[in-house]
Amino acid sequence: MFITFFYLLKDKGLNVSINEWLSLIEALNKGLCTSSLVHFYQLCRSILVKSEVDYDKFDLAFAEYFQGVKTPEDIPDQVWSWLDKELEERDPSQAYEMAFKKHGLEELRKMLDERLCEQKEEHHGGNYWIGTGGTSVMGHSGYNPAGIRIGGKSRHKSAVQVAGERKFKDFRQDTTLEIRHFQVAFRKLRQFSSRLEGAKTELNLEETINETCDNAGNLKLVWDRPRQNTVKLLLLFDSDGSMFPYMNLCNRLFQAVNKSNHFKDLKVYYFHNCIYEHLYTDPNCMRGRWIDTEWVFNNLSSDYKVILIGDGTMAPSELMSKGGNSYVGLYNQTPGVEWLKRIRKKYQHTIWLNPIPEYNWEYAYGHFTIEKIKEIFPMFELTIDGLDAGIKKLLVQR
Amino acid sequence: MDNMQQFKGSSEYVVTNELMYAVNIAVALQKPLLIKGEPGTGKTMLSKAISDSLDKELIIWNIKSTTKAQDGLYVYDTVQRLYDSQFGDAVSDIKKYIKLGKLGEAFDSEEQVVLLIDEIDKADLEFPNDLLWELDKMEFYIPETKELIKAKKRPIVIITSNAEKELPDAFLRRCIFHYIEFPNEEKMKEIISVHYADIEEKLLKQAMETFYWIRGLKDIQKKPSTSELLDWLQALVVGGVSVEKIKEEIPFLGVLLKKNQDIDALFEYKEKGYVISAFRR
Repeated sequence: MFITFFYLLKDKGLNVSINEWLSLIEALNKGLCTSSLVHFYQLCRSILVKSEVDYDKFDLAFAEYFQGVKTPEDIPDQVWSWLDKELEERDPSQAYEMAFKKHGLEELRKMLDERLCEQKEEHHGGNYWIGTGGTSVMGHSGYNPAGIRIGGKSRHKSAVQVAGERKFKDFRQDTTLEIRHFQVAFRKLRQFSSRLEGAKTELNLEETINETCDNAGNLKLVWDRPRQNTVKLLLLFDSDGSMFPYMNLCNRLFQAVNKSNHFKDLKVYYFHNCIYEHLYTDPNCMRGRWIDTEWVFNNLSSDYKVILIGDGTMAPSELMSKGGNSYVGLYNQTPGVEWLKRIRKKYQHTIWLNPIPEYNWEYAYGHFTIEKIKEIFPMFELTIDGLDAGIKKLLVQR
Repeated sequence: MDNMQQFKGSSEYVVTNELMYAVNIAVALQKPLLIKGEPGTGKTMLSKAISDSLDKELIIWNIKSTTKAQDGLYVYDTVQRLYDSQFGDAVSDIKKYIKLGKLGEAFDSEEQVVLLIDEIDKADLEFPNDLLWELDKMEFYIPETKELIKAKKRPIVIITSNAEKELPDAFLRRCIFHYIEFPNEEKMKEIISVHYADIEEKLLKQAMETFYWIRGLKDIQKKPSTSELLDWLQALVVGGVSVEKIKEEIPFLGVLLKKNQDIDALFEYKEKGYVISAFRR
């Protein structure tokens, strides 16, 4: 049954609803899908996929579904019937019809069969859908009559081939990101309130009517303050050392936050591996160019939302022991872990973003300290999905 | 499908097969078409092309950050009515104070129109949700006059978005979606030839090479788009720049790159002595 495609899409993480599926069926019944799998591919994608970030998932699912087709008989009858119908109904006045008639549908299926046999061998060679050999054979001569109609020199690609190209891989949300992605994510970080200072610029209709009535019908306008974002943000970056490979990424994150002017207040400090008595005011973490961590506790109220960005990997002693600070000459009386716990205690809304991919947390160098930090803060990986999840976490009550 | 009017692009707008197909799907299924894509890929131009090609009137609803869904339906000018009442004008006819918005206009039109809802992501997060019913049923009710405004001919609705905000799922479900990819060189040549038919072949080649090289640089934050390339080509032609100079000097760079950082980044690349051709596939 064709419906398995629907479930395969869901399996691949595409959020397809029955409504959209019905729209697709409606479109097919209206004859919108003309004769080729390429059109079928485009039709499905237009209706079922709602964001370019999901194009890649769709491509994978499509390739998988139609890749598994070993013989023409395996092609779902329903799909064939749409294709067949259109083929028969095609206007004979069109030039390519002649070329197509030469082969006929039966022969076409036979050819497809032969090609598919070849393809099977290439598959044994280890070429899956990204490989070009297999799919192109299947695409040009088999499924896509377009290939036949311009004499084998098809410039159109088969649907499976198009899907196999995975052109939209870069849009996947679980890969790392550009400034704009960060900015979009940070826009979600807002809570509106009109109880802030500012000019009264919005007309309050309800009150205006009341006041006007009270005023014996002489118009009296009442103005309100517009609603504003109340989110205050404290960013703490791990800088230097093991964070070096992620410098570019953190740089982009920093720029995005800096450009987002919708926060009520934004404070940025830096630390080296772990947080102790001091927070540095610039990313070089130079001794002396710092503020006391206590100062932060005393001056930034607990409604600040805190994002820590760091890989969380360090020697266990740096986190757990007195004097663990890796800077020579700086001796901390309180272990780093206690400082982290104090931050957590003071600031209800705190997350840790980790540039190391989540699947590596258990195996990375420093998995011990990552594990410990995870016990204190909710940790998310630094990808669009991770950031989104993190920001959601920041917005809800603990 | 054959007996229906089909969109086939227009003389001023080059359209990919995929996009053309997506438009026709949306028209046939009578659903809004949601268009996303890099700035400058012609999202807004598309609806103009559709309206030209199908010979239908185009109604544009420009969305701003302050736009409310209600603005598109109708506005009841209560303040005007109040003022009028104070000066003794007749105010019993509420209809006088109800003004249809762009969406209302599109519904009210006798002929089928093309309605462009431009940059829907500029508005508040809830904005698309407020339009679900109206876009689905193509009707809305004005309680003040007890009137039901229902689309006489369902308009062709085109919605563009720059992905500044995520759109709600419920809204997306009701749309046909298409992402306009950045045109490849072949397509780009086609687009250019539509705008400047008689551009010198050599100049075009050099300019395109430089353009795609700049787009390919990693450190460029705001990549130049089609519209910027078109402006640049015009500048090159008007400025009478010699073909050889284009690659080396990149004249009128400000037309292509709008950010100081980007211009600095480009100079850095040039100082390091990278040859443009080395970057080409």
